Amino acid sequence: MTLNGWIQILLFLGAVALVTVPFGRFMARVFARERTWLDPVLRPLERLIYRVTRVDESHEMRWTEYGVSMLAFSLVSMLVLYALQRLQGVLPLNPQGLPGVAPDQAFNAAASFTTNTNWQSYSGETTMSYLTQMAGLAYQNFVSAAVGIALAIAFIRGVAARERDTLGNFWVDMTRATLWVLLPVCVAGSLVLVSQGVVQNFKPYDRVQLVDPQTTVTTATSGQTSTTTIREQVIAQGPVASQEIIKQFGTNGGGFFNANSSHPFENPTPLSNFIAMFAIFVISAGLTATLGQMTKSPRHGWAVWGAMAFLFLAGVTTAYWAESAGNPLLAGTDQQVGAMCPGGNMEGKEARFGIANSVLFATITTDASCGAVNSMHDSYTPIGGLVPLVNMMLGEVIFGGVGAGMYGILIFVVLAVFIAGLMVGRTPEYLGKKIEAFDVQMAMLAVLVFPLVILVFTGISVVSPAFGTSSIWNPGPHGLSEILYAYTSGTANNGSAFAGLSANTPWYNVTLATAMLIGRFLIIVPMLALAGNLARKNQVPPSLGTFPVTTPLFATLLVGVIVIVGVLTFFPVLSLGPIVEHFLMRAGTTF
Amino acid sequence: MALTRHLVTAALMTAVTTVFLGLVYPVVITGLAQVLFPDQANGQLISRDGVLVGSRIIGQPFTSAGYFYSRPSAAGAGYDAGASSGSNLGPTNRKLIDRVAGDVARLQAETPGPAVPIDLVTTSASGLDPHLSPAAALYQVARVARQRKLPPDDVRQLVEAHIEPRQFGVLGEPVVNVLLLNLALDARAPMPR
Repeated sequence: MTLNGWIQILLFLGAVALVTVPFGRFMARVFARERTWLDPVLRPLERLIYRVTRVDESHEMRWTEYGVSMLAFSLVSMLVLYALQRLQGVLPLNPQGLPGVAPDQAFNAAASFTTNTNWQSYSGETTMSYLTQMAGLAYQNFVSAAVGIALAIAFIRGVAARERDTLGNFWVDMTRATLWVLLPVCVAGSLVLVSQGVVQNFKPYDRVQLVDPQTTVTTATSGQTSTTTIREQVIAQGPVASQEIIKQFGTNGGGFFNANSSHPFENPTPLSNFIAMFAIFVISAGLTATLGQMTKSPRHGWAVWGAMAFLFLAGVTTAYWAESAGNPLLAGTDQQVGAMCPGGNMEGKEARFGIANSVLFATITTDASCGAVNSMHDSYTPIGGLVPLVNMMLGEVIFGGVGAGMYGILIFVVLAVFIAGLMVGRTPEYLGKKIEAFDVQMAMLAVLVFPLVILVFTGISVVSPAFGTSSIWNPGPHGLSEILYAYTSGTANNGSAFAGLSANTPWYNVTLATAMLIGRFLIIVPMLALAGNLARKNQVPPSLGTFPVTTPLFATLLVGVIVIVGVLTFFPVLSLGPIVEHFLMRAGTTF
Repeated sequence: MALTRHLVTAALMTAVTTVFLGLVYPVVITGLAQVLFPDQANGQLISRDGVLVGSRIIGQPFTSAGYFYSRPSAAGAGYDAGASSGSNLGPTNRKLIDRVAGDVARLQAETPGPAVPIDLVTTSASGLDPHLSPAAALYQVARVARQRKLPPDDVRQLVEAHIEPRQFGVLGEPVVNVLLLNLALDARAPMPR
């Protein structure tokens, strides 16, 4: 660990803290339909969209109608994405002449991008045409994020409302999230990324002559040797920047290229890297201030922010320590950190990012259900790889995915006040709302989906040599970690991978898609029911027995509930994967 | 009936927003990028004697002893910029340990003595890393100078002139761009055949 590394980490967190309130208040204004400085440009566009789609923007929806609209939109747009992939071979904007995507892989990618997971069992530059990338994948980057924001706002309305039946209008919230929150930042941000070297073109792939042509001699099984010389490099191109910015800002994470944000055309400089990391956290951090603003309790917003920031720092510290310590099995290498040498475990990391920016990115992307990577998590040391895994298991609530992080943590908040209420023997209250049996049932339903889906699918895969363990790339305990990581990533709608696992098989394509759909929608539906039920309640004035949700004590309790619920459930399987691998690595065992 | 109505709205919404976000937005951004930053938007290609020889920010394989080696690569057959990839080898995988041991043995045979800077024997995440750490470039000075029949101090100065500091003095790590360094080396003293 270096001083400069810590300065970069704290610089990042400081920037997030600074933008939380202004951006949170801006979002509160947008969803209260108050005037903003963007209205002269965006309001006519908004009205045009409602006219074409025949949406009545004054119509208010109960939680059931809100949910049905959201499900209908997700279903239709998912089918369109599936069709686009299958038909790309006969559609325009396909200069490489890529064929249609196979059915199981197309289903997986459609589920993946619709659920804001962006798990990729495909390799972008060899599978998806420019049209599919833009109008299919990048399009879902926008709308799946907008759906998430809309749902978070609906939940906050449920908490803030008094004796109301409705949560807002899904179409209006989604449209305003897209136009006011996502689009302006993406237009400006994509151009800044281009200035750093992110490409943005519709060219066919370039061919260049290698300066040092590569001759390789291969010996066939018959004993004959053949010499091949590679003189050319083919450089993949495409409209990357416009997709890159929304990939981060919408916490989607699906890379244009196979190597995602480690590819120099997606993330060329430390500044583009900083912008990417910042964009991942901005909306989710801002939503804590939106929560504070809309519930008229800004300190509650900060208490939630504080709990998130604590868990973030715990993760990044652990990963930074583990990756700096390096891999003791690599004899003869210099892994000491120096002014001229990154040191540490550099397998699967880029020289321009070194250790600090790689572990920082890995922590952020898994805290926030983004899933973009600028280093390969599969090649991390066991404890370094444990951090992203645990971040996802905690339920993607450390800032979390756009919207999803907010409604995810509010479920934990309900559980935290419930447990606090049990401890003092009073009916628990949250911001004046009595938390009753139905509310806790819905919260528990959402929480239990996680371990159920992750552990059942992982369990089936690890005892099935034919279709489960056959995809493992790294033997030993690391193989279990690969499968566990895949289902955790899918269910948590993260999308990052221990990418050694060959996930492009019918079994993994279909089961991971299923895990993603369950992990998104089976959490959203009980969450909306909880919000609808909270909205109907009246607020009771705080009394002496009320547990305040604005204090450091509350933040500590919230951290405790998240860690106990998240980590304890998975501790047995984590012991068999990364934890045992750590001790074996220290003992010099290889596989 | 209500469900049908929601599905119709969903279909209309998908159509309108796909045209706007999936087509108009990227086309407008491409137009602006091509006008404002044409070099960056097209991949910063560089040519030598009228021939395209690479992109300034995409790594290339260098394995001849007269060049500064680039990092090992897991992209295709090595630095395949149409198939970016990391090795995804785990820390206890014997394939990783054997590969690194082989590279270390080869490098130490050419440059006896110091331990090998870690980035020189590990694959990058993209397989297209254009950079080395300054330590990994300086490690190779003696060998390159010998092969090119240049004074080691000249080669060392060339490397030091190619060290790019942290961005704004804070962000990222100091690096050396291997392609640019090797092109400068070729300009200084041609590769002996």
